Amino acid sequence: MITVDHLTRKYGQFTAVDDISFVAEPGKVTGFLGPNGAGKTTTMRVMVGLTPPTSGRVTIGGHLYQDIPNPGRHVGVLLDASAQHAGRTGREILTLGAQTMGLPVPRVDEMLELVSLNQTEAKRRLRNYSLGMRQRLGIAHALLGDPSVLILDEPANGLDPAGIRWMRGLLKGYADRGGTVLLSSHLLNEVELIADEMILIGHGRIVAQGNKEQLLAGVKHTATHVTALDNAQLTSALAAKGIAVTPAGSGLRAEVPPVDVGRVAAENAIVLTDLRSAEGGLEDLFLELTSDTQRDPLADAPAPGVPA
Amino acid sequence: MSVAAAPSPTLDLSGSEHIPFLRLVKVELRKSYDTRAGFWLLLSIGIIVGLFLVIATIITIVQDEPVRYVDFVNIAAYITGLMLPILGIMLVTSEWTQRSAMVTFSLEPRRTHVVLAKLVVGVLLTFASLVVGLVTGLICTGVCELAAPDATSWELGLDEMAGFVVTQTLAMLGGFAIATLLLNTAASIVVFFLYRFVIPVIFGIAGALIGWFEDVRLWIDFQSAMSPIYDWALSGGKEWAQFIVSGILWLVLPLGIGMWRILRAEVKG
Repeated sequence: MITVDHLTRKYGQFTAVDDISFVAEPGKVTGFLGPNGAGKTTTMRVMVGLTPPTSGRVTIGGHLYQDIPNPGRHVGVLLDASAQHAGRTGREILTLGAQTMGLPVPRVDEMLELVSLNQTEAKRRLRNYSLGMRQRLGIAHALLGDPSVLILDEPANGLDPAGIRWMRGLLKGYADRGGTVLLSSHLLNEVELIADEMILIGHGRIVAQGNKEQLLAGVKHTATHVTALDNAQLTSALAAKGIAVTPAGSGLRAEVPPVDVGRVAAENAIVLTDLRSAEGGLEDLFLELTSDTQRDPLADAPAPGVPA
Repeated sequence: MSVAAAPSPTLDLSGSEHIPFLRLVKVELRKSYDTRAGFWLLLSIGIIVGLFLVIATIITIVQDEPVRYVDFVNIAAYITGLMLPILGIMLVTSEWTQRSAMVTFSLEPRRTHVVLAKLVVGVLLTFASLVVGLVTGLICTGVCELAAPDATSWELGLDEMAGFVVTQTLAMLGGFAIATLLLNTAASIVVFFLYRFVIPVIFGIAGALIGWFEDVRLWIDFQSAMSPIYDWALSGGKEWAQFIVSGILWLVLPLGIGMWRILRAEVKG
């Protein structure tokens, strides 16, 4: 379990992280989501003791990271897949990690296999790795010590779609076995599919948190995209009820919640092939929440820190 | 993946032990030669020492000059004295210029242990390069002995041996200390060579021109305070005191401030 407790980190006048608190629970994948520069990386760096907090603290399983002996055996960390000596081979980087943690040599091969880096690739130097290969190596490095907590900063960055699907399965399985996973991203759809819990951060402050249903519960559905076998019939049926309808692509857009459109269709025995809220769901919510904190300091919330 | 284990909110650390210091030394030693840059730096120290000693041997034999074992050791000392500081610098700065410090310090948050392990590696590699110098010097003296037995002497006092070991270790430490302070390879090398070659000259001139400065200079000029060490001829309490005081100024102080900085600094990628 990762517990972030009233964490603040300031750089001079700039507040990178502003009094945030949240918990990443074991057995769950927690997504840490926010636009670039929102404070995700700073928060994760404080978690692993690389950045001292200005105030507040982060504990992992009840301990400060610095107090965990041989922390690689308990907490797997991937902050920046390129932050390795460019002249070392992939295998050498894992070997150094394994030696530091006191792990047997075969562990390196197990991890290489797990992240699908073959023997030839493992012998290449990091500077010749693509970003996707670096991410795979970084994930292998984080998993070396068989930790129970994983902290991954933008792990899907640079992975191809198959790689993202692979990572999703890996982390899901890891959480199902009781592990704690915290992963950050600035791309909602990466996180939406994998995270059980989401923490939305904008400008150093947490703007929303919860699971997908909880986050969407607050979204008002005021417009609907609908497609019927006979759109003309549906248009006249809706118009008869006084509902504004406009053509939209192959379907229609009605300015009422989906439930009202469905009712009209049922009453008139119209067959629908598609019915959904016109709001984009999480993505709109995400943009709305995070842009609010960035561009509208006059909102109800206290003004966040001055932009850098 | 079969049955979900009851997730525990706390980490059980009872079975965990800190990373033993020797293991850190082993890892840091490996890091010193597992890249091309590190490997070639180490190898070139050996090659250049060997090359210069071979040239010296050839000149000695051709010119039919008298030679002693200690002469060869002194040549080796001059070269390692220039290259070991660079080794000391690289041991520290490569973590920062290559950004691997983030990983190193996440695996061992006790940063002092990591820096001390690097220091031990620096000393070990210094000893290794001294062995190379001594052995190559021995071979060269042997060749001279065969070519010109009358002109060759095997003279190498224990004093000179001790001086060789101490001055070379201090040279490496000089680079190491400046590197912890600056955490940047290029800047450290420039500052080191200023400290090694320019500052003694400035001190010398200032001492000659300004009367009272000469008294101060003896206490702050580590290079000149170190010179009696080469033949292990520090005499009297005052020379020792000047050696220690100037050593604190040029080695202990930068290392101390550098360590303090490394411990407190945010490790940026």
